Amino acid sequence: MKFNDAISGAALLALALAILFNVSSFPNIPGQNIGPSAFPGLLALLLAGCAIALIFKGLRGQNRQPWLAFGAWMKSWFHLRNFLITVGCLLFYILVSTGLGFILTAILVLCAMFWALEVKPKLIVPVAVVVTLVVHTIFYKGLRVPLPWGIMLPIQW
Amino acid sequence: MTYAVMMQAIGLVFDPYVLLVIFCSALFGLFVGCIPGLTATMATALLVPITFFMPPVPAVAAIVTATAMAIFSGDIPGALLRIPGTPASAAYTDESYQMTLKGQAEMALGAGLVFSAIGGLFGTIVMIFFSPALADVALKFSSFEYFWLVVLGLAGAVFIGNSSILKASISLLLGLLIACIGLENPAGHPRFTMGLEQLMSGVELIPMMVGMFAVSELLRYITNMDPPAIIATEKVGNIFSGMWGLLKKYPWPLVRGSALGTIIGIQPGSGADMASWMSYAMSKKFSKEPEKFGTGHVEGIVESGAANNSSLAGAWIPAIVFGIPGDSITAIAIGVLYLKNMNPGPMIFVNNPENIYAIFLVFILANIIMIPLGWLTVRVATKILRVARNLLMPTILLFCIVGSFAINNSVWGVVLILFFGVAAFVLEENGFPVAPAILGVVLGTMMEENFVTSMIKSDGDPLVFFTRPIAMWLAAGTFIILLWPVGAWLVQRLRGKPAVGA
Repeated sequence: MKFNDAISGAALLALALAILFNVSSFPNIPGQNIGPSAFPGLLALLLAGCAIALIFKGLRGQNRQPWLAFGAWMKSWFHLRNFLITVGCLLFYILVSTGLGFILTAILVLCAMFWALEVKPKLIVPVAVVVTLVVHTIFYKGLRVPLPWGIMLPIQW
Repeated sequence: MTYAVMMQAIGLVFDPYVLLVIFCSALFGLFVGCIPGLTATMATALLVPITFFMPPVPAVAAIVTATAMAIFSGDIPGALLRIPGTPASAAYTDESYQMTLKGQAEMALGAGLVFSAIGGLFGTIVMIFFSPALADVALKFSSFEYFWLVVLGLAGAVFIGNSSILKASISLLLGLLIACIGLENPAGHPRFTMGLEQLMSGVELIPMMVGMFAVSELLRYITNMDPPAIIATEKVGNIFSGMWGLLKKYPWPLVRGSALGTIIGIQPGSGADMASWMSYAMSKKFSKEPEKFGTGHVEGIVESGAANNSSLAGAWIPAIVFGIPGDSITAIAIGVLYLKNMNPGPMIFVNNPENIYAIFLVFILANIIMIPLGWLTVRVATKILRVARNLLMPTILLFCIVGSFAINNSVWGVVLILFFGVAAFVLEENGFPVAPAILGVVLGTMMEENFVTSMIKSDGDPLVFFTRPIAMWLAAGTFIILLWPVGAWLVQRLRGKPAVGA
């Protein structure tokens, strides 16, 4: 997904202005002329300058880029779908892992990813279970990371 | 370096646990480097959550060993598949593939291995002799000098080797702004926390790096549309035959490559990839037979193979002495040092010299065991290259998830890897380099602290930044780098030639 530089620049300019607005409400330190707003304020000013330069760069030139160009992968349903599945798996983990527990969530995430990447169907579930249990043993038993049990709490080991 | 400290360092390294860690991370690095799409930086990012649970010396040893191995083993798929295993091998991938087609895969891989190890040792020796001396000087530095040092480093990261300086600057500014998030600023005022408790202490470095270097690489793999590559040769013979002859034939390119690599490593922001591109170009320029380059000629591999490994050690010099990373790998390593209370800076040579000498020893050890282990990896390379990538990549994703969770035992880490993974992916698609952002995040706090301290010391008079002797020279250096492109453009204009690319 390639944006024209003018669009990226406009987004960055908006960010810089938002930061400048935000730092203007930071308190001053009594008796000192340099407060918490000085450094981010300076950075935001520089960012705004760069963003404006980027906007000009995007609008100039004979062979101007399109406003938004989709890379080849976004036109291939297979690749776009897999991209969305990967991001979706991370979101899914963030949302349900605490309640559902690490083991079940991880197995589901791995199954989805294996399916997306066209692993042989009969391998998907066994490999997902084995990988999950190995990772769980390394981190839960070996490194003592308290991975959540979730609904599997009654049968924890 | 006193005898007692040396013995202490030897005791720290030659401990069964540390040796085991070195051995395992060596195998890990060789494996990761050998698989196209998994980089040395990614190897580091994946290791960090595990090193989190180790004492300082093995933690650093794991990173040092894994990266040295990965940079060598990136040569293997270059020679066999024509795909560089890590970006640091890209400069001479075509060259070594041509050698394979001519039936000289042994020599291409042997040269990669032997001269990587020699280059690595060269960089290590420079580091051993140079960094204590530099630390002595650095002890005299005040906040003014540190401020300029950080600015100099960041300027280098933006102005050297980026195709668009404007986009690199933006990337750097975004990194510096991320470093502003949270309570930890000289004023102790919570900034940009958006009301989230998790952001009060700032953005955690490790999940961010896992996101930027591991998750974004996974996304790139998933969206990669290149057809699968074919292995060019099944049999690789004795890779060590003819190496002595090469050593005698190309001593000068070897030294030149190692020296250039070390210097590029020291320079913040540019690491092994830059070192190998630049020394490959240099090798061609100074070669007696430049016409042979690109047709399967080993000379460039000798020089740039040595350069990319020597740059690894070079990058550690500013990292240890000033806390300013020389490349993205040391940027991650600095994060680890802080977590281990081994804060980098000149004082570390006074307070924990044994730890520093232990790191030096690990570098030597890693470059020595690279020879037998690298030989072994080449033997099984065709099998590693056939590892089912569609099983491996989801497993790495799960490692990223668990690793980022483990830092704070909170799912917030997973939120961070998702955010920074997608952000890095989109930025790179739009031509923004990611390395300056990482340097910005790592150095932002240091830059602000030294800036604010200096301003308070001088009662708000910015002239003091230029009047102290060392600070003045550092300032001059920074302005030369900053004004270089403008100057070059002006010179071109004055000579009446049309400016290129304006």
